[in-house]
Amino acid sequence: MILEQLINGITLGSIYAIVALGYTLVFGVLDILNMAHGEIFMFGAFMGVLVTNTLKLPLIVAFLVAIGVTAILGFLLETLALRPLRGKKGVSHLAPLISTIGVSIFLENLAHHFFGAGNHPFRTSFSEMSFQIGTVTVYAVQIVIFVIAVLLMVGLSFWLSKTKAGKALRACAESLEAASILGVNTKKMITTTVIIASVMGGIAGVLVGMAFNSVSPQMGLSMGLKGLAIIILGGMGNVKGAMAGGLILGLAETLVVVFGESGYRDAIAFALIIIILLVRPQGLFGKASEARR
Amino acid sequence: MLSVKNINTYYGNIQALKNVSIDVPEGSIVTILGANGAGKTTTMKSIAGLLKPRDGKIEFLGQDVTGKTPDQMLSRGLALVPEGRAILSGMSVLENLEMGAFQRRDKEVKQDLEKVMDRFPILRERRSQLGGTLSGGQQQMLSIARALMSRPKLLLLDEPSMGLAPLIVQDIFRIIQEINADGTTVLLVEQNARQALKIAHHAYVLETGKVVKSGPAQELLHDPSIKEAYLGH
Ligand SMILES: Nc1ncnc2c1ncn2[C@@H]1O[C@H](COP(=O)(O)OP(=O)(O)OP(=O)(O)O)[C@@H](O)[C@H]1O
Ligand SMILES: [Mg+2]
Repeated sequence: MILEQLINGITLGSIYAIVALGYTLVFGVLDILNMAHGEIFMFGAFMGVLVTNTLKLPLIVAFLVAIGVTAILGFLLETLALRPLRGKKGVSHLAPLISTIGVSIFLENLAHHFFGAGNHPFRTSFSEMSFQIGTVTVYAVQIVIFVIAVLLMVGLSFWLSKTKAGKALRACAESLEAASILGVNTKKMITTTVIIASVMGGIAGVLVGMAFNSVSPQMGLSMGLKGLAIIILGGMGNVKGAMAGGLILGLAETLVVVFGESGYRDAIAFALIIIILLVRPQGLFGKASEARR
Repeated sequence: MLSVKNINTYYGNIQALKNVSIDVPEGSIVTILGANGAGKTTTMKSIAGLLKPRDGKIEFLGQDVTGKTPDQMLSRGLALVPEGRAILSGMSVLENLEMGAFQRRDKEVKQDLEKVMDRFPILRERRSQLGGTLSGGQQQMLSIARALMSRPKLLLLDEPSMGLAPLIVQDIFRIIQEINADGTTVLLVEQNARQALKIAHHAYVLETGKVVKSGPAQELLHDPSIKEAYLGH
């Protein structure tokens, strides 16, 4: 039982980590909370429903469509909702936050309109496939989710630490002005960042659909708040922190269930986050000086 | 090489530069002097593309570059070592240097890395350390070395000696002269007026956003009013 919940926790946590990565990348570069991230994630999930359930196409197509659609959403978010507010005199620093909240409400309404309220089933060809290892039941879908999540995390880490474009993104996250005098086209880099973040959200959406067999227009809000909690837990703008924080939240939520308190699942998980933050206000991987910013 | 013609730069409604004109001939060292708040940094940022002058014109290598972005200026051969150094503190010394060569696609980047680390041995020693862990003087060296990695034709230096110990200030001025001798034109902003005038060919003096004096550096070094205001006696 504990082992099975551990596996559930890791599966869930790796999805949270992917959502949080998208959040943290945008925060790192733009210093804003992208409150539309959860709804972009939800759109990714609906693309999964559309492709696998309605069109009866294979899962891989679902991923490709989700990636394409959320990339476009990210591009539109940056060019229509964020860029016009940037560098303008007299614009409140809260304006981009409000703008992303507006986009999130718009996307949720849009999903209602297109897909209808309520839950939509999400079936994959291997939804029911499982095998026994000793007394432990492992679902194939969990393994697929975990492998995809790990590949994404490793790929992103490699890209950030080893490639020229990844280093340029890190430079932008430290200081847009410094990056620009080093020759980085910051406008392009910002757009790229928002697109990558959105695509991470979209992929996570399909993964959640696979994990829970269910998708709804409201799922963006709670996932958005969890993603936010995770990056605060991990240290704002910190990539490692987002990964570790995601796993911690996922494990905390599932282990709470083991101890028979499933009704308080979210509450207890968040209480844990608050306790960690009391001990380390800057987050797990944040630097003390960053917390003061 | 660089010709700034009557630029006016504003922060909101506050005018920071008033009809500033500056000429930097190829191969020279030109220095801009001025008290705190005179508009030196604003001038440098306007030239580098970080600030957009409301009017006036900037020509670089015979082309109109008014309103170009910093990355476009860099690709034309203009690099800025900004006030405050702008070290990427979470990236290693080596990564900072590599970022200096961000726009380069040629095969000689590795070779240039070795060259700048020969010129600044401390950077080789500290190459895997994070930029933020360096001392002020080392950060200044890194900032200059990083700018050199782009192979600039014109190097803009904004108060490179600020906050550094006298011995290190000597180093910095010597290095600026070496860089110039290697063929890079230099535009230097300094509070350290005497030293700057000694190595410069031409000088401009800014006061409250206006050029109030300009001429050959040697002349300004012996100008009584300059002596009074900027050289201490
Ligand atoms: N971001 C800003 N917003 C508003 N005013 C500014 C800003 N930056 C500078 N100023 C003002 O513009 C004027 C010129 O500033 P600038 O930084 O160019 O001076 P400086 O000559 O570089 O001074 P220092 O020697 O202290 O570096 C000053 O009056 C300053 O207060
Ligand atoms: Mg200044």
